[in-house]
Amino acid sequence: MKRLILLACLSFWSVMTLAVDPEGLADPQQDARYREMLTEIRCVVCQNQTLADSNAPLAVDLREQIRGQIEAGATDEEIVSYLTDRYGDFVLYRPPFNAVTALLWLSPLVLLLLAGLIGWRAMSRPDVVVPEMDSAERDRVSALLRKGKGA
Amino acid sequence: MNRFYLPLLILFLVGGLFWVGLSLNPGLVPSPLIGKPAPAFDLPLLGDAEQRFTAEDLKGRVTMVHVWATWCVSCRAEHPVLMNFARRNLVPVIGFNYRDERDAAVNWLRTLGDPYERTLFDSSGQAGIDWGVYGTPETFIVDRNGIIRYKHVGPLSEEIIESHLVPLLVRLAEEGI
Repeated sequence: MKRLILLACLSFWSVMTLAVDPEGLADPQQDARYREMLTEIRCVVCQNQTLADSNAPLAVDLREQIRGQIEAGATDEEIVSYLTDRYGDFVLYRPPFNAVTALLWLSPLVLLLLAGLIGWRAMSRPDVVVPEMDSAERDRVSALLRKGKGA
Repeated sequence: MNRFYLPLLILFLVGGLFWVGLSLNPGLVPSPLIGKPAPAFDLPLLGDAEQRFTAEDLKGRVTMVHVWATWCVSCRAEHPVLMNFARRNLVPVIGFNYRDERDAAVNWLRTLGDPYERTLFDSSGQAGIDWGVYGTPETFIVDRNGIIRYKHVGPLSEEIIESHLVPLLVRLAEEGI
């Protein structure tokens, strides 16, 4: 079983590496930057894929563009602003924090706080106290139980 | 009572968010170019490779720039709408042929009709990237100062033309002296 799970994990892993652009840069440092960047940029055509995963013509063009710019010595910031100037923050899988994205970034925190508050209130609510029976009530209960058994 | 109202409140809150969220089009990428000068380009014309057209040539009058390609299926569906629009002569329509073959594009205009005043030929798609093109057909309205004022992604319809394009063109006509 363990082997099967390992096999499954490994096969997913290999699919993911294969999806990355097989071409790359000769310089290993530049190549690493290039590959890192591809996973950070959204393909605007097929929007739930990164540039690394997508084979849309535009993704191919943009990969070429990024490769060229890295080779020409552009910094990561320069390349990112090249892309956001054209396609907006939308191309970034990690959009910057600003007025438009505030809700996006803060909502998990707000939800967590809300859940914590509800949980805390539920836990600190006093336990329901069952009132003790007096002897008259106890007698009635046992009488009723006896009656039930007899029927 | 609280036990009753709180879940109801949450239901309406979440329902409201879904109502808004699901009515948005997730495919729409807001263009950062609106309100900015049209990106520079220098492209040959489709009909005459010797002649070139640059972003500077857009200035001086309001223009509509329409990005299309022969491989784009929705461009074909949109074409009659565009032909009708061009016949109204509200604004000069500049074609922007994107990542295409010259012969195929010329042939398309010959058989389906040519709504464009002239057509730019961007075979590499580089100018398209500079314009932030990601889904043909795309329509831009550029004002007389060369500023992009409007962008529509996807095929134009009579409804979009009447509700968005025409009012904007009227407004731009009033702006200019």
